[in-house]
Amino acid sequence: MKFTLAWLKEHLDTAATLDEITFALSDLGLEVENVTDPAAALSTFSIGKVVAAEKHPDADRLKVCRVETGSGETQIICGAPNAREGITVVVAAPGTYVPGIDTTIQVGKIRGIESHGMMCSERELELGEGHDGIIELPSGTAGQPFSDWLEENDPGRTDPVIEIGITPNRPDALGVRGIARDLAARGLGTLKPAPAPEVPGTFPSPVSVTIAEDARDVAPVFCGRLIRGVRNGPSPDWLQARLKAIGLRPISTLVDITNFFTHDRARPLHVFDAGKLAGGLTVHPARGGETMMGLDDKEYTFEPGMTVISDDAGIQSIGGVMGGLATGCTTETTDVFVESAWFDPVRTAFTGRALKINSDARYRFERGVDPASARDGLELATRMILDLCGGEASEAVIAGAAPDTTRAYPFNPDRVVSLVGMDIPEAEQRKTLEALGFRLEADMAHPPSWRPDIQGSADLVEEVARIASLTKLEGKPMPRPRPGLPAPVLTPLQRRERTLRRTVAGAGYNECVSYSFVDQASAALFGGGGPDTKLENPISSEMSHMRPALLPGLLQAAARNQARGQGELALFEIGAVFSGGEPENQSLVASGILVGDATPRGVHGARRGVDVFDAKADLEQALASIGAPAKAQIRRDAPGWFHPGRSGAICLGKTVLGVFGEIHPKVLSALDVKGPAVGWTLFPDAVPYPRSSGTGRPALKVSGLQAVERDFAFVLDRQVAALDVVNAAGGADKALIESVRVFDEFTGEAAEAQMGEGKKSLAIAVRLQPMERTLTDEEIDAVSKKVIEKVTKATGGSLRG
Amino acid sequence: MDDLRQKYLAAIAEAKGEGQLEEIRVAALGKKGEIALEMRKLGQMSPEERQTAGPALNALKAEVNDAILARRSGLADAALDERLKAEWLDVTLPSRPVRSGTVHPVSQVTEEVTALFADMGFSVAEGPQVETDWYNFDALNIASHHPARAEMDTFYMARAEEDDRPPHVLRTHTSPVQIRSMLAQGAPLRVIAPGRVYRADFDQTHTPMFHQVEGLALDTDISMANLKWVLEEFCRAFFEVDDVELRFRASHFPFTEPSAEVDIRCSWEGGALKLGEGDDWLEILGSGMVHPNVLKAGGIDPEVYQGFAFGMGIDRIAMLKYGIPDLRAFFESDLRWLRHYGFASTAVPTMRGGLTA
Repeated sequence: MKFTLAWLKEHLDTAATLDEITFALSDLGLEVENVTDPAAALSTFSIGKVVAAEKHPDADRLKVCRVETGSGETQIICGAPNAREGITVVVAAPGTYVPGIDTTIQVGKIRGIESHGMMCSERELELGEGHDGIIELPSGTAGQPFSDWLEENDPGRTDPVIEIGITPNRPDALGVRGIARDLAARGLGTLKPAPAPEVPGTFPSPVSVTIAEDARDVAPVFCGRLIRGVRNGPSPDWLQARLKAIGLRPISTLVDITNFFTHDRARPLHVFDAGKLAGGLTVHPARGGETMMGLDDKEYTFEPGMTVISDDAGIQSIGGVMGGLATGCTTETTDVFVESAWFDPVRTAFTGRALKINSDARYRFERGVDPASARDGLELATRMILDLCGGEASEAVIAGAAPDTTRAYPFNPDRVVSLVGMDIPEAEQRKTLEALGFRLEADMAHPPSWRPDIQGSADLVEEVARIASLTKLEGKPMPRPRPGLPAPVLTPLQRRERTLRRTVAGAGYNECVSYSFVDQASAALFGGGGPDTKLENPISSEMSHMRPALLPGLLQAAARNQARGQGELALFEIGAVFSGGEPENQSLVASGILVGDATPRGVHGARRGVDVFDAKADLEQALASIGAPAKAQIRRDAPGWFHPGRSGAICLGKTVLGVFGEIHPKVLSALDVKGPAVGWTLFPDAVPYPRSSGTGRPALKVSGLQAVERDFAFVLDRQVAALDVVNAAGGADKALIESVRVFDEFTGEAAEAQMGEGKKSLAIAVRLQPMERTLTDEEIDAVSKKVIEKVTKATGGSLRG
Repeated sequence: MDDLRQKYLAAIAEAKGEGQLEEIRVAALGKKGEIALEMRKLGQMSPEERQTAGPALNALKAEVNDAILARRSGLADAALDERLKAEWLDVTLPSRPVRSGTVHPVSQVTEEVTALFADMGFSVAEGPQVETDWYNFDALNIASHHPARAEMDTFYMARAEEDDRPPHVLRTHTSPVQIRSMLAQGAPLRVIAPGRVYRADFDQTHTPMFHQVEGLALDTDISMANLKWVLEEFCRAFFEVDDVELRFRASHFPFTEPSAEVDIRCSWEGGALKLGEGDDWLEILGSGMVHPNVLKAGGIDPEVYQGFAFGMGIDRIAMLKYGIPDLRAFFESDLRWLRHYGFASTAVPTMRGGLTA
C-alpha cells in the first residue's frame, strides 16, 4: 500500500514530521517498507542569484557567472543558454552529489577558469525532464535551501511517498483514511471529518439492478446511479499526480476517480459506459463456461458459482474483481453507470485465484471491504464525477442491503493489563477503542463496520496494546517453573540423537542437512517414490517425493562433491525419513557413507579403498555410543540397495538395529557416484532403552589368576559364518571362556588347494579366565576338547591338522 | 698391588666390547685370576701383614668390579646410541591420515537454543513434518479461506483419487507442535519445538526447506512483558553480547493476539553486523500472546490459562551469529562448506562452558 504524505494529510490534521509518522506506522503494525522523500535528496542544494554573467574568454557557449550564495559570492562556469544576470537559480556547491548525472561536484578549471559549483537543470535534480537550461525560480533568496523553497511554493514536487506492508487482518488500512485513523488514535493528529452527503437525483435511473436469489449471500448489496452528459477526458493534474505518485497510470477521469477511491477509502468502484449496456444489470452466479473480455484485454472463462454482473447481452463484469472491456468507459463515454457494491471475501478470493486476476479491487474485497461503505462510496464518486466531468445524476438504485456486521464483545481492561503486562489506565483504553471507531456500551465493545478482523475480546486487547505502543513494553523476569536447579529436559531419543551426532562426527564424518524431498527415481532406488509420498506441487522434479531414506541424499551429495574433485568423503545425516504420506509415517534414522580411499595413497602403506568392514566398524561404534548391547547377531538380509554379498544387518532377535554394506553398483551408477562406496543406517529408536534401575553399577569382577589363551584352526565350508564359529566356541564353557577372537582367515585358491574345493580355514583364539583357582592341564584340555566338539558340530567343519 | 690396580683399570677403560670386558674380568677376578690368586696368598701371611693386605685387596676387588660394571653400561649405552642413530626417520613426512568430522551449523545452533531454553525450564517437543491441515492451519486459527493460507506457499501431499480428506501439508511452520504439545501435556506448559519447515519458495534468500524453533509458555499469569524478558535473555546469551536491545512492533499473526514482530538493535558498519549497537533494527522473529482459539484447539481453557508463543528461523540466527552468507549453501552438502562452517564434535554447547567453544 502506497500513499503520499500530502494525501495522508487530507485525512489527518497533524504537525508530525515524516520521521514521526513513519516510526508510528511501523510501531502500529503498518510496517513501513519504503519511504521516498524527494526533499531529502534535494536538501543539499540551495538557492543562488546570478549577479553577473560574462562570456568565457576561451569558449563561445560557456559563461563565467558570479553567483550570490548563502556563503558569499562565488564563480561558476555554466554552459546553459539561459544563464544570465539577474535570475534565481539552484546551486550545487562543491561536494554536493547530483543525482541526475550521478556525480559529486568538485572545484575544477573549465578551459582555464575555476568553477566553484554548478547551477542545475530539472533533469539533473530528477525533478522532471527539463534540460533546455538551468532552473529559473520566480522567487527565493540566496542561501535558502532549495527543498524549503519547494515545500513553500510547489509542495507536490517534494511530497514523500510512503509504502507500507499491510497484514491480512487490516483491510481498512488499504485506504489512506484507515491509516490516518490509526495515526489519530495514536495521538499523531486528528482525523478530519469526511462526510458523504447524498447527491439528489433529478431523474430515475434508466439502468435497473437485480441481485439474483442465489447470489444474495455473496453479493448482498449493490448501489448504483447513472450520470448522463459527462465529459470523460484526462483527469485534472492533482488527481493524475496522486495516482502517479503511487505508481498508477492515469487513464481517464472516470477511471481515475474509481482508482482514487479504491486507495483513498479502500472502496473499490466500477464504472460502466451506460450507452453500451443492454437493459438492466443482474448480479448472479456464473453457470460455467461463459466468457468475457476483461479490461486487461484478456478473455476469461467462468466456472460455476463465480459472481458476475450481466446485462441482457451477457456477462459484463466480474464482481469484485474486474470489469469487462465491452462496457468499459472510454473518452467517448457520455452516460456512466457507477457501481458501488459489496462482494464476499471468500468467493472473491476463489474467483480471483481461479481466473489468475490480481486487481486492486480483488485485493481489497478478498480481505474485506467495509460493507457499510457501499452507499457512501456511491455518493462520493457521484460528487466527484459531477465536479470533474459535469453531467446530471439520476436517483440512486439500491439493490439488496448491506450485510449486518453489528456485534459486541466483552471488554475487560484488567485482562489487557494482565495479558500485555503494561499498565494502561482504563480511560486510555476506552479512548483508544473509541478513536478506532468502536462504540463502548458499559463493558461491551461494538466494532466498527470496517474492522471484520475483530472477532472477540482478544482482538480488543491487541488494538489497545498496539495503539499504546509495544515499543514501550518492558521485559519482566519469568521465573523457572520450579525453584532450584533446572531439571533435564531431553527425552531419551533426543539424547540419543545428540550422542550419535557427536560420536559420528568424532569418527570423522561431516554432518549434512539434505532436503527432505528427492526425485522419484532416487527415492525408488531406496524403496520409496510411491504415490503416497508424492508432493502435489513440488518445486521441481528433483524434489518430488519425501525421502524414504537418508542414503539417496548423501550419495547425491557425494556425486556433487566428486564432480568438484573431492575424492574421499565421509558424510552423515540424522533426520526424518518417510515411509508414507501420513503424519505417523515419519521416523528418525542416522546414516553415513564412506566414499573413496580408507587409506589414501601415501608413505605409510598400500592405498586401500573403503570396504564393508569400515562401514560395519562405524555402525558398531555408533550403536555402542547409545548403549546397544555388544553381543548382537549379524544377519545377511540387508536391503536391496546394498551389495547382496557384502552387506549385513545388526539385529537383536527380530529387531534390526542397523544395516551396513557396500552400496549396490547399480545404485552407484544411477546416482553417478564413483565407488568404492559403503554406507550404514542406524535406527536409534530400535535399540532397547535401559530399564530404569537407579544409577548404581554392578560390582567389578576381576580375577588375580593367570588367563590362558588357546588357538584353534578349523577347516570349514567357505560360506560358514565366522560369527557362528565364535558363538559355538564361546558356548563350550560360558563361565570359563572370557572371549573368542578370530585372528586369521585363509581362503582362496591356495587354501582350496590345501584343504579341498570350497573350503577355508578360520583360526580363533579362545581366552580362558579362571576365577577361583589356577587351571590344571587336564581342565584346559577338557575345555579345548569341548570347543572343538561344539564348533565342528555347529559348522560341520573339522580341526585343521 | 698398585700395579695390579693400574693394569686392570687401564685395561677396562680400553675394553672395546662385552667379550673383552669378560676376558678382563676372568683374568682379574676369575677363580684363577690375578686378584683371586693374591687373595689366596692372604692365608700364608702373618696376622699383621694380613691386617693391611686384606682390606686393600678387598677394596681393589670391589674397585675393579665396579669399573667393569660401569664400563659395561657405558658400552651398552654407546651401542644403543649407535643403533638409534641408524634408526633415523624423516619426521617431516605426513602423519597417518585421520579424518576429522564436523557438526552442521543447524544442529549446533539447535543445541545452543535448546541449552538456553532448557535452563529456563522449556522442554523440547517434536512433531511430524507431514501434517494434517487441521494442525497446520485450522487449530492455529487459520480458517480455510484465510488469506494467510494462500500466502504461505504451502506444499501439499498428493491425494489418491478415492481419498476425499483434505490433503496433508508439509508443515509451513513449527506452530502445529504447539497444538500437539498442549493436547498431550496440558497446562502449565513450557516447550520449544525446533525442526524442519517447508514453503514452496526458492530464490536468493529462500529455500523450500528451512528450520524454525517455536517457543510456547502457558500459565495463569504469563504476560507479553515476560515474553520480552525471555527473548532479551535469550538474545543476550545466544548472540553472546552483553547488551541487547529488542523492539516489539505490533503485527498480525492469526495464532497470537496481540502479535509483535521483534527487532534487535544492530549496526552494519563496514558491512559487518554488530548486535547491540548502532541505529539499525533487524527483524529476528515473530511472537505474541497465544490466541484463545488456539488454546481451545489445544484443549486448554483460555479463561484460566494464558501465555506466549514465538517462532524464529534457526538457519537465520545461525547466519547472523556466525556470519554465514548464503542460506542455500546450508543444504548443498559441499564438503568445503561443511568443513569451514561446521563445528568440532567436542564443541557441545553448554550453559557452564559457553555456547561457542
